[in-house]
Amino acid sequence: MPEAGLLAILPMNELVFFLNKVVIAGLIIGSVYALGAVGVTLIFGILRFAHFPHGDMMTAGAFVALVLLWMFPGVGAAVGLPTAFVLMPIAMAVTALLAVGLDRMFYRPMRKSGVKPVVMVMTSIGVMLMMQGLLRLFAGTGTRQLYADTDDKDIYRIPLGGRDLVITEPQLMLFATTIVAVVALHMFLTRSRMGKAMRAVSDNPDLARVSGISIDHVVRTTWLIAGALAAAGGTLLALDVTLKPDLSYNIILPIFAAAIVGGVGQPYGAIAGGLLVGFSETLAVFNWSVLLRPMRPYLPEFIEIPAKLAFVPTEYKIVVPFFILIAVLIWRPTGLFKGRVNN
Amino acid sequence: MNPSLREAGLFAGLILLVAGIFAWLGAAYGVRMLVEASCYAIIALGLTIQWGYAGLFNVGLMGFVAIAAFTTVLISYPVNDVFWSGDGPWMLGQAALTLAIGVAITLLLSRSTRIGVPKGLRTALTLVAAAITYLAVQGQLDPAATLIEREAGFIGGFGLPVWMGWAAGGVVAGLLGWAMGRITLGLRADYMAIATLGIAEIVKAFLKNADWLTRGTLTVSPLPWPVPTPQELGFVASRSAYLAVTAVMIVVLYVLLERAWHSPWGRMMRAIRDNEVSAAAMGKDINRRRLEMFVVGNFIIGLGGAALITFTTIFDPSSFAPLNHTFLIWVMVILGGAGNNLGAIFGALLVYVIWIMSEPVAIFLFTNAEQLGERLFGWEAPADLYTRALQMRVFVIGLTITLVLRFAPKGLLPEKVVKYD
Repeated sequence: MPEAGLLAILPMNELVFFLNKVVIAGLIIGSVYALGAVGVTLIFGILRFAHFPHGDMMTAGAFVALVLLWMFPGVGAAVGLPTAFVLMPIAMAVTALLAVGLDRMFYRPMRKSGVKPVVMVMTSIGVMLMMQGLLRLFAGTGTRQLYADTDDKDIYRIPLGGRDLVITEPQLMLFATTIVAVVALHMFLTRSRMGKAMRAVSDNPDLARVSGISIDHVVRTTWLIAGALAAAGGTLLALDVTLKPDLSYNIILPIFAAAIVGGVGQPYGAIAGGLLVGFSETLAVFNWSVLLRPMRPYLPEFIEIPAKLAFVPTEYKIVVPFFILIAVLIWRPTGLFKGRVNN
Repeated sequence: MNPSLREAGLFAGLILLVAGIFAWLGAAYGVRMLVEASCYAIIALGLTIQWGYAGLFNVGLMGFVAIAAFTTVLISYPVNDVFWSGDGPWMLGQAALTLAIGVAITLLLSRSTRIGVPKGLRTALTLVAAAITYLAVQGQLDPAATLIEREAGFIGGFGLPVWMGWAAGGVVAGLLGWAMGRITLGLRADYMAIATLGIAEIVKAFLKNADWLTRGTLTVSPLPWPVPTPQELGFVASRSAYLAVTAVMIVVLYVLLERAWHSPWGRMMRAIRDNEVSAAAMGKDINRRRLEMFVVGNFIIGLGGAALITFTTIFDPSSFAPLNHTFLIWVMVILGGAGNNLGAIFGALLVYVIWIMSEPVAIFLFTNAEQLGERLFGWEAPADLYTRALQMRVFVIGLTITLVLRFAPKGLLPEKVVKYD
């Protein structure tokens, strides 16, 4: 059989390793970035400022899920899913209300007094510091598990000849949630009155206002969506790895990069941007020697394969989103999906 | 109230506060606090140029401070003979040569459209050349770094005078600011905030992990001082001498900035800040002027940061916590009064004194709360209550920023608006 012969030559072991380390890992972190970036890009487009506390909002959402987990520990076992995932809709609702509350308390008064966009950014940084301070005050700085002892973390191994393709339960839930969120958001933005109003405000606020669209409603809906998606992203990330209170800085930069790469104010762009940034990170830190080694017999003698051949050492992972950001700002400031560059 | 009366009153109150701390905690502590506050005042002057004069948004202060501090270490730390007598310099030289050749080839290729190469091919060739350069330099640098770390620890410094290190630190911070400004100044204001935040994180990651260059988490100490050290003169005398140096720097910078502010250049800057469109209509090159502001501001920030880290005598890359320090300086500037140099200095001194004093206060409050909670509700406090108590200060910084921006956007010493009738 010729196919079997071809398969035998292919280095399955290494390819599956590549799939595990780059494709699946990139999809996971990319989905988390995408869930965050959708909110950031909506706020960017409608309220016109960079929302720095978004990373902390994700963490806050995960902590709400943790508190719910303590309050109702038995829910998950009844359904057969992790408790935190079952309770996630409540956490999303609470975080969405929190986002609206923050807007009422801090952003709306500034907006009403008509300050410059830069001052709004500064205010958002003030809010970021307050949230970080409170989170660490109540939660300490250690890491926590969002998996209760009663939940078991299922790990699926798909045999592909040689090494197994590994995927865990929280990762599947993350993909499912992202897909559902994207489809729901698409339907909302294209079919519903409010979604259309949001797009109108994002495109041209003055025109939207004179056509009778209530800016207050649009702003409130924006915060609700952004808060809910942030909570989902934070909870699912915490389910996949651990819950850390000081996540915000490490995640806000890739999220901004994703939002800007996708084009500010473009939700689809944010999803594409999130995945792009996620894949770039995993591709950049991947050790390419693993894939080159099986090709040793076919390569000329003088090429030596180093033990480690990665574009970026793992310690410098944060450099990757930053360079994507800089590259986009230099060559295509509107982003892939033609977002807005000016105020 | 009359502005100058207000200034006099506020400064008098500040002097009383500082005198009280001197009486309470002793002169050595008081002078140390004043030196650190004066270094923060220099950084705040740099930031007030960027934010108050030009409306530029720099959230990467600690990145610029860190790179300036590192440059100071490199220039003024004693020479490491083990490094210079080994193979390290030779290998580093090779890597630098490769880098220079690679950059030259990449630049030439990026200009190759002039000899008729199609645009798409040009971009592809440039990217390939850049990638090859990067991999080649990395390939040469890795063995050099391993060798240096094994044999000499790190490359040490050049043993030059400290003031040269400070000046060089300022220049490097300015250059980094120039690069950031070139990329982000033409775009919306938020982009600069995001980009400066990113560059600060990268500078920190680099300084922390490049052990051959900075000793990483092993830290470099003791850093040489521009004045005799406490071992020679005693704490109070040597710290006072240091304070004299920083005070002279503040006075010189203040006089220069005031002169610049009241010159036609300063008037142009205010015009650009207050009405960009009309300034552009008058033929002012807005982005170029803003770039000037950003670079000058970063130079001063670097200067102050270098002085601050030199005073602490230890260069520890992981100590440049963006949360506390960057935004502490922001509070200094917006509370003191953006666009008013005296306000920045006043804000820096006041906020730093409060900041230093808030640590014992926070711990005092939390200890009492702990006892009270235990007595009343049988509440058992978590073991890391003290570290958590200090996080409260981050909350207070954030709250101060939002409150000041909302209720007193002009600060304690508002900018003096000059009116020409």
